[in-house]
Amino acid sequence: MEPYLKHHSVAALMDRNNVDTDQIIPKQFLNKVERSGFGIHLFHDWRFNDDGSDNAEFELNKPAFKGAKILVAGDNFGCGSSREHAPWAIADYGFNTIISTSYADIFYNNCFKNGILAIRVNQEQLEQLMAEISANEGVSFIVDLENQQVITPAGNGFTFEIDPFRKGNLLSGLDDIGLTLKHIDKISAYEVTHKQTFPWLWA
Amino acid sequence: MKKTMYEKIWDSHLVVDEAGQAPLIYVDRHLMHEVTSPQAFEGLKLSGRKVRNPHSILATMDHCVPTKNRHLPIADPIAKKQIETMADNCRENGLNLYDMKNPNNGVIHVVVPEHGFVHPGMVVVCGDSHTATHGAFGALAFGIGTSEVEHVMATQTLPQKKSKTMQVVVNGSLSKYASAKDIALAITGKIGTAGGTGYVIEYTGSAIRELSMEGRMTLCNMAIEAGARAGLVAPDEKTYEYLKGREFAPAGDYWDQAVAYWKSLTSDEGAEFDTTIVFEGADIAPQVSWGTSPEQVIGVDGVVPSPDSFEDEGKRKACEGALAYMGLTANTKITDIPVDLVFIGSCTNGRIEDFRIAAEVAKGTKVAPGVTALAVPGSYHVKQQAEDEGLDKIFIEAGWEWRDPGCSMCLAMNGDELTKGQRSASTSNRNFEGRQGKGGRTHLVSPAMAAAAAAAGHFVDIRTL
Repeated sequence: MEPYLKHHSVAALMDRNNVDTDQIIPKQFLNKVERSGFGIHLFHDWRFNDDGSDNAEFELNKPAFKGAKILVAGDNFGCGSSREHAPWAIADYGFNTIISTSYADIFYNNCFKNGILAIRVNQEQLEQLMAEISANEGVSFIVDLENQQVITPAGNGFTFEIDPFRKGNLLSGLDDIGLTLKHIDKISAYEVTHKQTFPWLWA
Repeated sequence: MKKTMYEKIWDSHLVVDEAGQAPLIYVDRHLMHEVTSPQAFEGLKLSGRKVRNPHSILATMDHCVPTKNRHLPIADPIAKKQIETMADNCRENGLNLYDMKNPNNGVIHVVVPEHGFVHPGMVVVCGDSHTATHGAFGALAFGIGTSEVEHVMATQTLPQKKSKTMQVVVNGSLSKYASAKDIALAITGKIGTAGGTGYVIEYTGSAIRELSMEGRMTLCNMAIEAGARAGLVAPDEKTYEYLKGREFAPAGDYWDQAVAYWKSLTSDEGAEFDTTIVFEGADIAPQVSWGTSPEQVIGVDGVVPSPDSFEDEGKRKACEGALAYMGLTANTKITDIPVDLVFIGSCTNGRIEDFRIAAEVAKGTKVAPGVTALAVPGSYHVKQQAEDEGLDKIFIEAGWEWRDPGCSMCLAMNGDELTKGQRSASTSNRNFEGRQGKGGRTHLVSPAMAAAAAAAGHFVDIRTL
């Protein structure tokens, strides 16, 4: 995983609540056995017309949002299935930051495994950010994870809360499995007790 | 301190709990299917790591398998590669796989209980959000992403944040023809798809006790639809009765030892939940979803809501969008909505009890002109049991297609899907835009409601049949 660096980039707006993983990456693209190449299918059914051309009505197709790394979206983003193909598609498309009031649990976990910072804000902060983007499409924000800050040209910046463990992993780009394996002796010791307490599980 | 069942399971699985890092919990059972595992195996191989406990894993193929003409090669080359990759990965790592041709094959969350692979008090994971199903046994069961699948394979643990606890009480008894599915939909309708975010739900109350194990699985399956990490039902005699004698259930002297332990798992009298929500079973009507989110649901005797009926602006906008997508007009009676296709199956409602109740309604009827009806058993064992009881004949005589098991139209990855504008009555769990095919319109219902809609060509209040 690449370390997450402070960046200054365009913020795209999806003013919709409950964006589900079936929209983020529709099921017809889940057949692949690789992790890469999902970005071209991100939001496929919304993004493209039936003939394969770009749907001009879809917000992320606006020229002003091209190259955006920040996605500002409505409540409960990423609800639905556990498919990690959703954050793979989001990251592959080019986003590394999502800002919303709330996320579905599994999606939220999946983001951090893939170098995506999912920031939680309150309703008022979200509305201010959305208004700023609507008034000035193509506007860029600064995201500074180290200092837990978002800075905007109109002064709607804020500091955000994040679990220190997740923050550390994003900043260092560290592999979760490697961290867990540092505790391998404790896992082995747990298993010894577990076998004694629940022998039928190991029979 | 008095503890809830969730807290007891959590405490007994805590391996590491140190300041500055997420607690590590131990995983007893790891379930797998072909869609969310290949990249995890690839990651494991690339890092030179091994599966720590192959016996903790049970795998099946369900999402992209065909439900007819199974003897023919899979036509879609990408699906074929995914199926072959699953077989290769399981063979190389010594894992127990019920492949497409295996008599034990079926939808993972239907197959696993059939073999007694999940017991009360376990921690169970799967790269699939409907893993919550196994909470029916009093196991802490939840969906994970593919990176976490790799993590569990390598370490048998997961870093987890402790959830809050929510108690959902359903008092009294359900009315005739209301089912576990209707409870699940009614809960999602009331608290919303984010209402359970950050929580593990424990379902309690007499209406829950009265549910069969199949019904409890249906209910817990949809805990995720209300945003919850997991759903739980405390084990009781029905649980033990169901498990006894199954392949992976404790045997011999271990049985009594296991039951004694399971009995200790129930929430302590007076244990506190962070939130409690109460329903009266008798008030829960058969439900029909009208929109593009499982929270957009109403009793069959209701009407399609008007956007103006929502005070919240987000909900009003969502209602407008849903009505446009669903091709519905506000204030239309639910029973006036026609259907083109009916699907009974999935990890939500693909068990023997679901086909029994649907067959009871379908018996002696004919599928309405212009309607296609699919009955897709959740596993080969469900299919065999249904055929032993003659249920297949009831469906076939009524004009239904009787298929081989698989996820099928629940997520329409295998070629079974709606075409643009087609409307379904479906016993599955999600009615998101395009879930059953691009432009397809899904109405979530119980098996009995689905069977009644197939015969009438529109939704029917089954309480009036």
